[in-house]
Amino acid sequence: MDLSIAALLAQDGITNGAIYALLALALVLVFAVTRVIFVPAGEFVAYGTLTLAALQLGKSPGTVGLLVALALGAGAMECVAVARRRAWRALPRRLGLYVAAPLAIAATVHLAAPLQLSLPLQIVLAVASVTALGPLVYRVAYQPLAGASVLVLLIVSVAVHFVLLGLGLWFFGAEGSRTPAFTSASFRVGGVNISGQSLLVLLFSLLLIGALYLFFERTLYGKALRATALNRVGARLVGISPNLAGSLTFLLAALLGAFSGVLIGPITTVYYDSGFLVSLKGFVGAIIGGLASYPLAAAGALLVGLLESFSSFWASAYKEVIVFTLIIPVLLWRSLSTHQYEDEHE
Amino acid sequence: MTRIRCLLPALALALAATHVAYGAVTVGVTLSATGPAASLGIPEKNTFELIGSPVIAGQKVNFIILDDKSDTTEAVKNTRKLISEDKVDVIVGSTVTPNSLAMRDVVAEAEVPMISMAASALIIAPTDPKTHWVFKTPQNDSLMADAIAVNMRANGVRTMGFIGFADAYGDSWLNEMRRSAQTAGIKIVAEEKYNRNDTSVTGQVLKLMSAQPDAILIAGSGTPAATPQKDLVARGYKGKIYQTHGVANADFLRVVGADGNGTLLPAGPLLVYEQLPESNPVRKSAAEYVTLYEAKYGPGSRTTFGGHAWDAYVLLQRAIPEALKHGQPGTQAFRTALRDALESSHEVAASNGVFNITPGDHNGMDNRARVMVRIENGKWVLVK
Repeated sequence: MDLSIAALLAQDGITNGAIYALLALALVLVFAVTRVIFVPAGEFVAYGTLTLAALQLGKSPGTVGLLVALALGAGAMECVAVARRRAWRALPRRLGLYVAAPLAIAATVHLAAPLQLSLPLQIVLAVASVTALGPLVYRVAYQPLAGASVLVLLIVSVAVHFVLLGLGLWFFGAEGSRTPAFTSASFRVGGVNISGQSLLVLLFSLLLIGALYLFFERTLYGKALRATALNRVGARLVGISPNLAGSLTFLLAALLGAFSGVLIGPITTVYYDSGFLVSLKGFVGAIIGGLASYPLAAAGALLVGLLESFSSFWASAYKEVIVFTLIIPVLLWRSLSTHQYEDEHE
Repeated sequence: MTRIRCLLPALALALAATHVAYGAVTVGVTLSATGPAASLGIPEKNTFELIGSPVIAGQKVNFIILDDKSDTTEAVKNTRKLISEDKVDVIVGSTVTPNSLAMRDVVAEAEVPMISMAASALIIAPTDPKTHWVFKTPQNDSLMADAIAVNMRANGVRTMGFIGFADAYGDSWLNEMRRSAQTAGIKIVAEEKYNRNDTSVTGQVLKLMSAQPDAILIAGSGTPAATPQKDLVARGYKGKIYQTHGVANADFLRVVGADGNGTLLPAGPLLVYEQLPESNPVRKSAAEYVTLYEAKYGPGSRTTFGGHAWDAYVLLQRAIPEALKHGQPGTQAFRTALRDALESSHEVAASNGVFNITPGDHNGMDNRARVMVRIENGKWVLVK
């Protein structure tokens, strides 16, 4: 192995690592705010790519139908909740958020699909439609059980994962898709080719991470989410709605997932079931960060990407084994170095 | 009770009117319409839906189609259910090799003939009481591997690299290719593995290229086989690229795009039946099947996998009339006769080749079951 091969492998590892990092951030965010282990994160990635691929072919993606069904389901649940508490004044706003907005996105995507719009516009449509799924999934699947234990929420997550997986096969078929590259440019730096695509993936990931940082530091909603993550009861006492926090978190997580999907689409072929493995690698990164620290999770995800890339060169048959074995020493170290405390201390 | 009494005459009348349906031949199908093998199982399922419930030699033939989710346990469960509850006369399935291997015990125990749609020669070898009841329609991997080695030899290839799935499909191909390559005097200089869902194969591709082989064989099925190919082309690999017959569907062409140009692969003749000479015995059955299939599922939707399902039907079409001479459907006499009839299939031309099944060879395909195909501008072109 010479230097140029090492450089190519490193480039590949960092590109994949950047995508895993986005997912690791989504996993940490969701766990911190809602205590949900976000197993279906990968489905949002696959939906992101495959929705974009469907738009590329001028077809209305299956995501549209799901969006409509979930919006109607969430709307019905909101009506029941409002009727029970006789808080009719809240109804128009909630219906607007949970029904009208997703339906508007679904209608736009459906009508725009045959127009063969330019790539950036299609990306916006794909990301919007998949992102809108996030809060709806939270409203329908998690919110009724928001107070349950971590284990129950995990079981719900697994169920949501399988439902979305099955729907993915139904919507997009068994075969995979690729989306066109954002750019075919490549640069030569010191004898090594660096593809523009890799640079863009890295750039977009960094931009997204930067935007998230600003959101959490500078905006009221971001601060509310941080407060909820720190102390759920306290946040509630000062008037932060846990439902709002949950929906907002899932919106962000779905956005991160959909964006990862758009970024990964030109690099590899994505299948309806590709997302799970990608998110599992993000999960390894998140575990390195103890499901709590954002910078550590991102660094861990980057490490996973590099390890994967180099092990695929040296021992391709054992690549997954090597990557997932990484979690054992990390867990060992974490369980020895941090003292346990009860999660259900509310 | 009165209601049941009223219904009884009606029921008797209905039975009398449809006495042909009584004792109809029942075919139990288990295939992998979901899960990792879905891209193979779905065209098979479509094919059986196309066949519907035909009438063979005056007997109605019913198909019961179950999905085994590409899962071995599920396939065995389906097989048991089909045999004990539905009392099927013959089992067709499953799509993949591990499932088919596991199903052999069940059919041998119940003495029901089975026609597998999976590729590995292990399913029907060696000849023993277990494989006595088992047949299979796809070509053996060895037949296809030989075709690749012969073509490589003709193209002056001396060294080759191999990259395949890290599963039974890739392993089986690696073993066959080692044997075929040795026979043809070709050296395998690099062996790499990857997974269907890998986001990147850069490491493997770099390692392959650093060994500088004259040709590279990619042993994957469906669109995942496009991943190493696109990477090889992107990194400027100049040698020949070979694929296996696992990629013979329209989705592969869509995903691989222009990077697929010039790729060579062995395939069932069904893929390019229009380009075969009129005299080819496969042409008629392939034309019948592809015309039916593409009329329903759209032009270019043909796959050789669906053809394996069709071929199972072609074998049954010939064997059922023979077996009917020895017993009524639903009896053990019929099942045994059906097995014997399948085993005596002689020069049966189907969509993917010609079957000459013997007690020693429960596949019975020869060189007529493969052609070399080249990808040119998103089309399959027969290599003459």
